[in-house]
Amino acid sequence: MCLGVPGLVTEVDDLTAVVDFWGVRRRVRLDLVDEPVAVGDYVLNHVGFAIRRIPPEDVQTTLALYEALLRESQRGDGADLMTADVLGEIAAGAEGSGLRAKG
Amino acid sequence: MPGSAVDRLEFRDPARARALNDALGRAVADIGRSPVSVMHVCGSHEQAIAKFGLRTGFPRALNVIMGPGCPVCITDMPEIDEGVALALQGVRLATYGDMLRVPGTAGSLADAQAAGGRIDVVYSVAQAVELARATTEEIVFFATGFETTAVATAAVLLAGPPKNFSVLSAHKYIPPVMEIVSEMPGSRVEGFLAAGHAATITGWGLFEPFVARHGLPVVVAGFEPLDILAGLTRLVEMIRDGTREVANMFPRCVTREGNRNAQAQLWRVFRPIGGRWRGIAHVPNGNLRLRDEWAHVDARRRFTIDVAKLWDHAPSTLVRQCICGNIMAGIASPSDCALFGGACVPESPVGACMVSSEGTCRIWHEYGGVPDLGSRGGAA
Amino acid sequence: MTTGADDRILLKHGAGGRAMRRLIEDAFLHAFTTDPAQPAGLIGLAAMDDGAAVRIGDRWLVLTTDSHVIQPPFFPGGDIGRLSVSGTVNDLAMMGATEVLGLTCSVIIEEGFPRHDLERILTSMREACLEAGACILTGDTKVMGRGEVDGIVINTAGVALTARVVTDCGLRPGDRIIVTGTIGDHGMAVMATRHGLALDTPLVSDVAPINRLVRAVLEAEPDAITAMKDPTRGGVASTLHEMAAKGRVGIVVDERALPVRAEVRGVSELVGIDPLLVANEGKAVMAVRPEAAGRVLDVLRRHPLGVNAAIVGVCSAERPGMVILDTGLGRRLVAEPEGELLPRIC
Repeated sequence: MCLGVPGLVTEVDDLTAVVDFWGVRRRVRLDLVDEPVAVGDYVLNHVGFAIRRIPPEDVQTTLALYEALLRESQRGDGADLMTADVLGEIAAGAEGSGLRAKG
Repeated sequence: MPGSAVDRLEFRDPARARALNDALGRAVADIGRSPVSVMHVCGSHEQAIAKFGLRTGFPRALNVIMGPGCPVCITDMPEIDEGVALALQGVRLATYGDMLRVPGTAGSLADAQAAGGRIDVVYSVAQAVELARATTEEIVFFATGFETTAVATAAVLLAGPPKNFSVLSAHKYIPPVMEIVSEMPGSRVEGFLAAGHAATITGWGLFEPFVARHGLPVVVAGFEPLDILAGLTRLVEMIRDGTREVANMFPRCVTREGNRNAQAQLWRVFRPIGGRWRGIAHVPNGNLRLRDEWAHVDARRRFTIDVAKLWDHAPSTLVRQCICGNIMAGIASPSDCALFGGACVPESPVGACMVSSEGTCRIWHEYGGVPDLGSRGGAA
Repeated sequence: MTTGADDRILLKHGAGGRAMRRLIEDAFLHAFTTDPAQPAGLIGLAAMDDGAAVRIGDRWLVLTTDSHVIQPPFFPGGDIGRLSVSGTVNDLAMMGATEVLGLTCSVIIEEGFPRHDLERILTSMREACLEAGACILTGDTKVMGRGEVDGIVINTAGVALTARVVTDCGLRPGDRIIVTGTIGDHGMAVMATRHGLALDTPLVSDVAPINRLVRAVLEAEPDAITAMKDPTRGGVASTLHEMAAKGRVGIVVDERALPVRAEVRGVSELVGIDPLLVANEGKAVMAVRPEAAGRVLDVLRRHPLGVNAAIVGVCSAERPGMVILDTGLGRRLVAEPEGELLPRIC
């Protein structure tokens, strides 16, 4: 409950921001973040305080990290067809995914 | 978008999860013995593992143990007693909901409430401050939780709370307990999954001395299913390869230095002291107390808390059979406990692990722990 | 201090879960089913089904009763009036009795309750009766002093005749589990209203009489339904547990097949309440013979109240009494809720 959930900033005033969590809007305190937060940013919220601004590009970085992990852990000849299918799915998904600004 | 269904699904995508499970299986098989034991120290990790049923996909040889990562569960009886005593003395308390039913020596805060104590449940310390602003009577905030939560308490104190507000600090600091667990006799933990949210505050750099000292790899992981699977895969690979270092698998939230602003606030207000964690005895630097400069908002100094009269009650037989301590230390499972699911259930909990939504026993009771539910994909 | 001794009735005893069931077994069944003995040819108190059924000639007389204490009395999508008619009509329907002979309506009103609010509630009840094709035939009115009762309490009872009774204990291995629409709407809407949550898309209760929806299925596929129950307090989770225990089967639910509104999912992620555990007031859970499941789904989806119906699970002979959730990423148990998480939900 309100423990470490990410949300989208829709309004900012001096010390607080209104953040959208999957359609629910909550006001959170900004005392603890270590960089300025703007409308359109994503923040990690914990017990009513934003504790980190999440740069949107870091989401893709994380996914790329997981994909690199998968590639590294593949055994040599790639003869495992099922895994190849799954990797193909992932590659297709990665091309289509991306961040879209909330309308 | 982290807040949108699209983004969450990317981190819950079954295809990626299957691939990661396969990779995890291969890494465990490469090690070639059973069990391979790793520990996480975060209630939210256990909740995510249980909620998504991830254990049914783990390789059979992999043992993922939950350590003392439930901040409610490790809050010891004397600390609960302080809250109960204050409430029974007529002081109004504000607390996070989970703490209400944790057993103290002679009852929980809920019992104190039933006996006439006034206790408000809040979801944020800021809400407790608002409560204090709205009244003239004293409000004591019973402050529990790890460093991720303690920073919020620090922030409201630095912002200048009203005069009728004070804090009874039972906050805890997680890094020291990893040391304790590593040094426990009988501990077979070969690597740690560190909690992503705490590391958002503290940074991952502070695990480096731990790794150097104990030779155990540490991976910082997030809380979505893919975060956990990728974190475990990386950790097992490091165990396999003998890699002794810290790996950050949660870069979208965690950096090496962490949140300097939050850290500064935390240490301006709190100092770490040794203290008892329920079931684990003494943890050096594991408890957070208000610094002397904050004596004016310290409930322990503002009030005389008479716990002695609560201690006339000897713990019941049931409590003596409770093995929460061993469970939290990761050397026993709920299914090892004679009381689990019978005398100890969420509606009548004996131990703290059954009370908190982040407690191992509660989570296993809700979601079934590690039952053989069939369909173990990606097994090794 | 022990928390186990129940020498007083506590809130948990009204939550619809284990504690309540034990109270009914220990106190009510003990008092009412030994002496005088219950008539033969009866589905009675001990069955603890949605209603009771007494054989009359070649038909069954089905009767049921419910009291309603919901707080707040007016909520998005309905009010206590609509709820009290729908609840009783639906309990009759869950027994297979979809043509209501009549309803009773007893009210207990707190002194000071606004006359205007009472009129609104009665209008709601009339509208719900029209939707269900039911009439209120008799009732009772009491007023208690200010503070002696909270607002308004409504009890409704209903009677109906049916040629065939559907129980909640007839599940068989292989049966499919169908829910007639989106889950968690009512409980989440009431919770959001109580907590004043600011929402992009407001949550709305699903409260509605569904006897005509059920009738459509029973007429099209008279032998397809092996068990049926409405998932009120404790949600679909409670209902599945009860059906699994009574039918002595295991149930595996496919989480990705569960119909959940996006806004309900959003709130549930944030506050950490699973839609499976939350009350519904316009839905049914049906166990259906596997060969008929597709046809039953078609019938449901053609009806306005069943457009989001879905096959969400399957019954098995393994692990009787257990309800297992396949999350797509693994499997886990669905906990049997202690009862409704939110007080005064219906």
